Amino acid sequence: MSFLGKLSIESVPYHEPIIMVTLAVIAVVGIAVALLITKYKQWGTLWSDWITSVDHKHLGIMYIVLAMVMLLRGFADAIMMRTQLAVATNGAPGYLPPEHYDQIFTAHGVIMIIFMAMPFMIGLMNIVLPLQIGARDVAYPFLNNLSFWLTAGGAILINISLGIGEFAKTGWVAYPPIAGLELSPGVGVDYYIWALQISGLGTLLTAVNFLVTVFKMRAPGMKLMQMPIFTWTCTWANILIAASFPILTAVLAMLTLDRYLDFHFFTNEAGGNSMMYINLFWAWGHPEVYILVLPAFGIFSEVISTFTAKRLFGYTSMVYASGAIAILGFVVWLHHFFTMGSSANVNAFFGIMTMVIAVPTGVKLFNWLFTMYRGRLVLSVPVLWALGFMVTFTIGGMTGVLLAIPGADYVLHNSLFLIAHFHNTIIGGAVFGYLAGFAFWFPKAMGFKLDERTGKAAFWCWQIGFMMAFLPLYVLGFLGMTRRLNHTNNPDWNLWLYIAAVGAFVIALGIFFQLLQLFISFKNKDKLDDTTGDPWNGHTLEWSTASPPQFYNFAHIPHIQDIDAWTDAKERGDSYHKPEKYAPIHMPKNTSAGVFMSMSFTVMGFALIWHIWWLAAAALIAGIGVFIKRCYTSDVDYYVQVDEIEKIEQAHLAANAKGASV
Amino acid sequence: MSALANDIATDMAHDIHEEHEHEHHENNTVFGFWLYLMTDCLLFASFFATYAVLFMNTAGGVSGKDIFELNFVAVETAALLVSSITFGFAMICAHKQNKSGALAWLAITWVLGATFIGMEVYEFHHLIVHGNGPQESAFLTAFFSLVGLHGIHVTSGLIWMTILFIEVSRRGLPEKTVTRLSCLSLFWHFLDIVWICVFTVVYLMGAM
Repeated sequence: MSFLGKLSIESVPYHEPIIMVTLAVIAVVGIAVALLITKYKQWGTLWSDWITSVDHKHLGIMYIVLAMVMLLRGFADAIMMRTQLAVATNGAPGYLPPEHYDQIFTAHGVIMIIFMAMPFMIGLMNIVLPLQIGARDVAYPFLNNLSFWLTAGGAILINISLGIGEFAKTGWVAYPPIAGLELSPGVGVDYYIWALQISGLGTLLTAVNFLVTVFKMRAPGMKLMQMPIFTWTCTWANILIAASFPILTAVLAMLTLDRYLDFHFFTNEAGGNSMMYINLFWAWGHPEVYILVLPAFGIFSEVISTFTAKRLFGYTSMVYASGAIAILGFVVWLHHFFTMGSSANVNAFFGIMTMVIAVPTGVKLFNWLFTMYRGRLVLSVPVLWALGFMVTFTIGGMTGVLLAIPGADYVLHNSLFLIAHFHNTIIGGAVFGYLAGFAFWFPKAMGFKLDERTGKAAFWCWQIGFMMAFLPLYVLGFLGMTRRLNHTNNPDWNLWLYIAAVGAFVIALGIFFQLLQLFISFKNKDKLDDTTGDPWNGHTLEWSTASPPQFYNFAHIPHIQDIDAWTDAKERGDSYHKPEKYAPIHMPKNTSAGVFMSMSFTVMGFALIWHIWWLAAAALIAGIGVFIKRCYTSDVDYYVQVDEIEKIEQAHLAANAKGASV
Repeated sequence: MSALANDIATDMAHDIHEEHEHEHHENNTVFGFWLYLMTDCLLFASFFATYAVLFMNTAGGVSGKDIFELNFVAVETAALLVSSITFGFAMICAHKQNKSGALAWLAITWVLGATFIGMEVYEFHHLIVHGNGPQESAFLTAFFSLVGLHGIHVTSGLIWMTILFIEVSRRGLPEKTVTRLSCLSLFWHFLDIVWICVFTVVYLMGAM
């Protein structure tokens, strides 16, 4: 075994022009960003205010930046696949050879779910949840920073795989035996394993952190059934994370043992059982889709009730419906492989359970409709996303019920009908939700609103592009086209493949408008300034703070009497009220331990991927060493003094006094 | 280790005057750690489920009946179970601010835990040299992984106990340290419960 394990200069795919051009673009963008930071002398700020920050609001913004960068990467994969399939018809090979194409569809799935949707959801939760429950931070601020950097570490590994070695060619589920050592001898599956393990640990810690926050740190008076609905849906999602991510950790550890030490969990020889992997994978994987979508449901609830200026219809039923979805989400995993050939009774059980989920979901949809009924709905950008969701997600839900019929699934299994279905629910449900939440809470996090015109243009491009890109896939599914094909030779499919490719470019236009929207909004941020901290006349406590919120969130923690605590305070005339006196506030100090720990574990992952055993051991010991050092560091907190609080609060109160007189 | 000990020493003064401030947070620590243990429980559950699926797949090799020596495992089990009791005594001493008592019981717990791990390593080594390593069959894969996962946890517990032993001997038993001991105590008892399941499901049911 050599000093650098399997790593050599041959590991860089320099003979692949597409990859080399991509790397060149990344390098140019990276250098440009670094130069800009240097020019404006921002390295110090970046380190002390962001990288080492334990402030949940800053961490939330960093999660969303990560999600957006990874969205661009994942979308680049998507548009490459769609153009490949549009040109590789009638037996033409297209421009992407199979071994590259297979890596692209694997990377697309992993990136979009683990490194785009999850960070986006966790980012919004970070920014909003502590504010909604009247807390000054999360239960464990240092762990929160560590969680972010573990997620980022996983993302770094998956991006390194682009330039050093390869990524998995197995599809994002990495089923054995194809993910086993015999059929995937390269490092691709190892990149997959360690990227997911490291970021998965971060996600698990986030869930524990936010569960403790919600159960122990609510403002006085706030009962569980008075928590804002977004907080509730995030809490259900966190329960799902805590209950399902350990299964992913376990199943990936087993695959690791098979690949690294010749164990026989999932091999074809010596009594291994690959279906065990598939069962465990989906025992995590199905709850995972509810982890993504439940917080989005919470966002739609907040958006619709805020922009109709009404209380949410059926709050209690909304909470219980979310809980029902969370629990049912654990007893449907087998519908991902009805074709495994369990008995008819087993398939029937899982099919019926799957259909039952449509009931609480339907409850939610009717709650949103009844909230809008007789309201004055303002057609702002978040509302457009919410309305687009209600149409798109309903289509996805209904095709899901079709797939839940085992007999139908035997025909449609792994066809493009399935691809259309889950994009319909994940894009139409989760992503539209996050984009609604992005537009809704952007002024809270950044202090200014987003430009409306470009926001609306982005929405319509996404909505129309989505329909064009994915509705043809239902047809292709019925015409018998299966997923993960590299090229086709069936003239009946061509037209639909062309339409889908055009749809992908319309979505690209939507993403362009979103970038333009950010650019325009930053440029005009004085005009779009949110001085009041309450630009939408909001219902919940996050709108009682300034925009961006004071770093300690609340100078005086309010006493809660109602679900819509901020509306209640405004109606009672108790808003923008100066308390008799301020008390010093106990706050955590920033720390570099999280980023050093996480980078150690990332190096360990890289070393394990390339079998550089000495480096893996050294990095593991370094990571644990940083943690122990952190445990015995006493300089972790400080007090914000009264005069500083007084000054910050006075500014917020004055801005609102001015706002009220106008 | 000496750098670590220095850190602990310099911390002491700081910790004492801020103790009352942390009361709220320390409660959260134990609750959060308990939640983490529940996720750990699911990790074990996944390995148990896999063992249940794979334990008959011996691929023509040995089965549990051929390799388990219940007398040996009974001693191993007794060591771990007694270590839970002794940790309990350590916690009683810690809550009474009895530093030397807590240290003595921690030391006994550590020796019992190390005995357990030593016996487990011996058992694994014995199996491997007799040609019954984890690469031989799915049964042995599942057996080594489930028992080994528990063993890695106990080993981490021993390392953690070593660090806390130094902490207690250097700075005594301020509230923060007692909280840390409480977390380790939860961890240790949890591993005991998991071992009872391993002993029952793997060894007793396998040897029958």
